[in-house]
Amino acid sequence: MIEPFFLVAALLLIFMVCGIIRIVFGPTIPDRVVGLDTINTLVVAAMIILGAAYNEVIYIDVAIVYALLSFIGTLYIAKYLEGGM
Amino acid sequence: MIEIILYILLGIGVFFNGLGSLGLLRFPDVYTRLHASTKCTTFGSIFTSFAVIVYGVYHWYGGSNSYGVLAVHAFIALVALVVTNPTGAHAIARAAHRSGVYPKKAVVDKLQERGDLND
Repeated sequence: MIEPFFLVAALLLIFMVCGIIRIVFGPTIPDRVVGLDTINTLVVAAMIILGAAYNEVIYIDVAIVYALLSFIGTLYIAKYLEGGM
Repeated sequence: MIEIILYILLGIGVFFNGLGSLGLLRFPDVYTRLHASTKCTTFGSIFTSFAVIVYGVYHWYGGSNSYGVLAVHAFIALVALVVTNPTGAHAIARAAHRSGVYPKKAVVDKLQERGDLND
C-alpha cells in the first residue's frame, strides 16, 4: 500500500536529473530558469507524495510554503532578466 | 479496488511528468521547452496530488482523522501549485523575449514586429 508512493518519488527524482542537465548545459539564461522552474514543480509533487508515504502532514505544509516561495523566486529572476531592476 | 485507482492516478501523473522532463531535453528553443515542461509537469503533479487526496479521503472514511487533515492539506498545496505555475511560466517567457532571446525557427514574430510598443 505504501511502496508505490516511494517508487513514484524515486521516479520524480530521476526526472529532476533531466532538469539539472538542462541547468548545466543550457545555452542561454532563460533556459536555465526553465530548468529551475521544472525542478521546483517536481519537488512540490515529490513532497506531497512523501508526506503521504510517511503519514506526516507537516511535510505537505512544507510543500505549500515551498510552492509559494519558488513562485516568488521565479518572478524575481524574470523581473531581473527583463531589466526592471 | 482503492489500490487500482491509486495505481492508475500515480501512473498517469508519473507518465506526464516524464514527458515534461523529456521535452525539456529534446526541444530546440526556450519557448518550446517552456511549453513542454510547464504544461506537462503541472498536469502530472495534479494527478499525483489527486492520488494522495484519494488515499487520504479513503482512510478518512475508514475512521482516522489525521488522514482527513492530510487530504485537505494536499488539496491546498495542489491549488497553490496550479495557480502559481502558469503565472511563473508567463513571466519567464516575457522576460526571455524582452532580454533578447528570440525563437529560433519562428516563421512570424508579431511581438518583435511591434518593437518597443509593449515596453
